[in-house]
Amino acid sequence: MTATAPADVRLLADDVETDLRASVRKAIDKHAPAERVNGLYDGTDDVTAPLWSAFVELGLPGLLVPEDLGGAGATAVEAAAVLEELGRAAAPSSYLTSSVVATTVLVALGDETVLPGLAAGELTAAVAVRPTALRHGPAATTIVGAPADVLLVPEGDALYAVRGATATVVPSLDMTRPLADVDLDGAERVLLSSDASAAIDRGLMVGAGLLAAEQVGVARWALEATVAYLKERRQFGRVVGGYQALKHRLADLYAQVEQADAAARYAAATIAADDPDAPLAVAVAASFCGETAVHATEEAVQLHGGLGMTWEHPAHLHLKRAKSDELLLGSPEAHRAVLAALVDLPGPRV
Amino acid sequence: MPDLDEKALARRVEELLAAYPPETTDRLDFLHARFDAGLAWVHFPEGLGGLGLPRSMQPVVEKALYRAGAPDNDPRRNGIGLGMAAPTILAFGTDEQKQRYLRPLWCGEEVWCQLFSEPGAGSDLAGLATRAVLDGDTWIVNGQKVWTSSAHIADRAILVARTDPDQPKHAGLSYFVVDMHDPGVDVRPLRQITGEAEFNEVFLTDVRIPDADRLGEVGEGWKVANATLSSERVAIGGGAFPREFGMIGKVAETWRSRPGLRTPETHERLLRGWVDTEVARITANRLRQKLAAGVPGPEGSAMKLSFARINQELSSLELDVLADDGLRYESWEMRRPTHVDFTGRDAGYRYLRAKGNSIEGGTSEILRNVVAERILGLPTEHRVDKDVAWKDLPR
Repeated sequence: MTATAPADVRLLADDVETDLRASVRKAIDKHAPAERVNGLYDGTDDVTAPLWSAFVELGLPGLLVPEDLGGAGATAVEAAAVLEELGRAAAPSSYLTSSVVATTVLVALGDETVLPGLAAGELTAAVAVRPTALRHGPAATTIVGAPADVLLVPEGDALYAVRGATATVVPSLDMTRPLADVDLDGAERVLLSSDASAAIDRGLMVGAGLLAAEQVGVARWALEATVAYLKERRQFGRVVGGYQALKHRLADLYAQVEQADAAARYAAATIAADDPDAPLAVAVAASFCGETAVHATEEAVQLHGGLGMTWEHPAHLHLKRAKSDELLLGSPEAHRAVLAALVDLPGPRV
Repeated sequence: MPDLDEKALARRVEELLAAYPPETTDRLDFLHARFDAGLAWVHFPEGLGGLGLPRSMQPVVEKALYRAGAPDNDPRRNGIGLGMAAPTILAFGTDEQKQRYLRPLWCGEEVWCQLFSEPGAGSDLAGLATRAVLDGDTWIVNGQKVWTSSAHIADRAILVARTDPDQPKHAGLSYFVVDMHDPGVDVRPLRQITGEAEFNEVFLTDVRIPDADRLGEVGEGWKVANATLSSERVAIGGGAFPREFGMIGKVAETWRSRPGLRTPETHERLLRGWVDTEVARITANRLRQKLAAGVPGPEGSAMKLSFARINQELSSLELDVLADDGLRYESWEMRRPTHVDFTGRDAGYRYLRAKGNSIEGGTSEILRNVVAERILGLPTEHRVDKDVAWKDLPR
């Protein structure tokens, strides 16, 4: 049987979350409209910095930082709401890599040197492991989340804070999540911990669990945009959303997105409650939501017809975000391998 | 008396147990006493087996009676009666009908079945052809019903029949309570692909129904039937599931106990099925939380779509995992079980029985229409039969 029992946690939004979500959406609508996000693919970024400033004003970077270090002492549930809104707009932000993953690693280490800067939004940080890693491993030279003020660089079981590294952004499948080659030569490095493996694992696990919320946001946008479009688009003298072949695809997609939403909420709630079931909940959510976002955005591109293939329509922003998110912090298959161990369903002996 | 708190309710249960000690009381006497004490279904009105309390207080009664070893009313034997007939009678019955039907129904003295579907009216239930013609104060009913579970053990049935063929299909229906012991009722087993007959065909030939046994007004049958069908959805959506519930539990058991059967391909399918089942469990929990918070959740239809798919995928996987043993089948002997068990018997049975999951209680195709139209607001299907007299429809 499974090692942990299901947690009895709240799966509905409360007032705090609803209010937070509304302010985040307002900031994103103002600073990251689709046409401006599109500019990232043409080398113009007038989104990332103003959006980050708005996030700092709202106190979002410090949500997961304890209050005595200048943070809000909020929980994964609130951070998940922020990520879901980012996904909905496919907006660029280092919120996941800095305010969730790096922050969680540092909180787990009891750090007091970098966290106050992260909480205040004066600094950003990124963990220098492979973008697709779901457990601690050797330092990588191509990472997501850079440029960042502080890189958290593993060496064996140790973790160093590195400042002043060179980061060169390279073209990425999803330009809303920059990929960068980092060069640590000549950078200043300070030992944070000689035994950081568990903290890194924790950061990556929480990151994967909350990335699921972002994936729900991406998928929900795809569903809603497609339904709205098919209610307007006419061919053969009628609204194409009335064709049963399309209605049935959207009904199936709706069911899948609702389930992904529930799975992501369960993951965030178990992380927030520090429940022993959290690792299982994360493996389930990461596996399910990653594939849901990709499927939803692929459906959006197809059902928008030619429009979905154009550079102007935002469907491509979400498709690229979804596919890249699916690989990030462990593929669905990798998460199912984690799950297999947690629920005692081992594969064949090779 | 209403506004009982949990303590007072628990005290009432203690009083029942003191007056009718389960170990020395006849089973039916105890059930009658429980009904008369308002402890049958506490959300029903006083005098009809309840106390007008919130449904959520029922577990107080159930737990205390279970601990005391009290007999129950064998609810699995009368699922249609308890889950569908009773709420409909409560909503549409006259005082006299409520008094007459509910007590023997709840106590299990009268098992109920549902005469809705017909060979020519499945998804299009409102197109049904069974006719009821008034003769004095008695309705004479002729027609054929199908997919009737429990008909072979039932004493009464809820029936929808056509009373006015000159009206468009939805408007010409009425709703009745039928005595299944009427000589015009002929119940025949309907053997299905599993080899057994869980359901029946019911032939109605000059069946006589007193007008006093009509539920709701003449011509209001569709409205009453919809109340019955939504009770079914409440009953389905109400439960909490444990982890690894249903089909995945069966496959996981085989997987763990027989390591030699494992292959990489079946492992991948197993893990996907495990994830899908767990996600469905979480979604069902969220639906329950929404209902408890008074937010109506539209996810019921979507949930059923998922359950049907998951059951079919996993029951098929189980045969693949079993390999050589998957070729066996327990027995094709014709049986007539008294209740449904999706995960009962062996893997071959489960594979075949799961095929019904995307048909019974609304086909997956109709449910997709429901989700697309009622939740997503997409255009409804073209309906050529809506404003035409039923008798003029092509068939």
